[in-house]
Amino acid sequence: MEADMNELTNEKLQLDKIVDQVRNDQCGGIDVFIGTVRNATEEREVRYLDFEAYESMALSEMNKISEQAKEKFEINNMAIHHRLGRLEIGEEAVIIAASAPHRDAAFLACRFAIDTLKKTVPIWKKEVFVDGEVWVSVHP
Amino acid sequence: MDIRILLFGVTKEIVGDNTLELKFTGNTAGELRSHLVRQFQKLKGLNSLLIAVNNEYAEDDTIINEKDEIALIPPVSGG
Repeated sequence: MEADMNELTNEKLQLDKIVDQVRNDQCGGIDVFIGTVRNATEEREVRYLDFEAYESMALSEMNKISEQAKEKFEINNMAIHHRLGRLEIGEEAVIIAASAPHRDAAFLACRFAIDTLKKTVPIWKKEVFVDGEVWVSVHP
Repeated sequence: MDIRILLFGVTKEIVGDNTLELKFTGNTAGELRSHLVRQFQKLKGLNSLLIAVNNEYAEDDTIINEKDEIALIPPVSGG
């Protein structure tokens, strides 16, 4: 099996790098999901977010997701990169890219990956508001 | 046995540290969770509270050994 293309990083995520990782000559399409920092939660103004991870386990769970995605869907490659630390409004928290011979598989694989990541990967988001902060415990 | 538990997110705030060392008299992950919830009542208020043993989610009957890497996993919110 090919090496996993997944990463946790404190640096700004690089879309071009992630797309190039999954690109290959067998693919007819690349689908990308980008999760960004929203400026409000239930009308409360967010100043910034702070992400932390149980890094060794988070990476292991991310690798499980990309391996499961390759088993479930006809995709060539998948890369999942998640940012950690302080993120400002509008910045990318997560980028997932999937390449496939045909587009349906790439769309489905990205959807599966972000939905599963939100349920299983041990990463925590703290929302810092103008008047307080809270560790998010339910993610719609 | 003496165990060390890694803490993250809200559990870090509830316990007041990054790690917790304790003498554990039980055997399983389920017993450990019950022990922690008794010791730190605020953990009861969380939507979920899982135990990870050696980087894998544990079942309630997963056996814990002294050398295992143990972590408390509150509701995750990545993405």
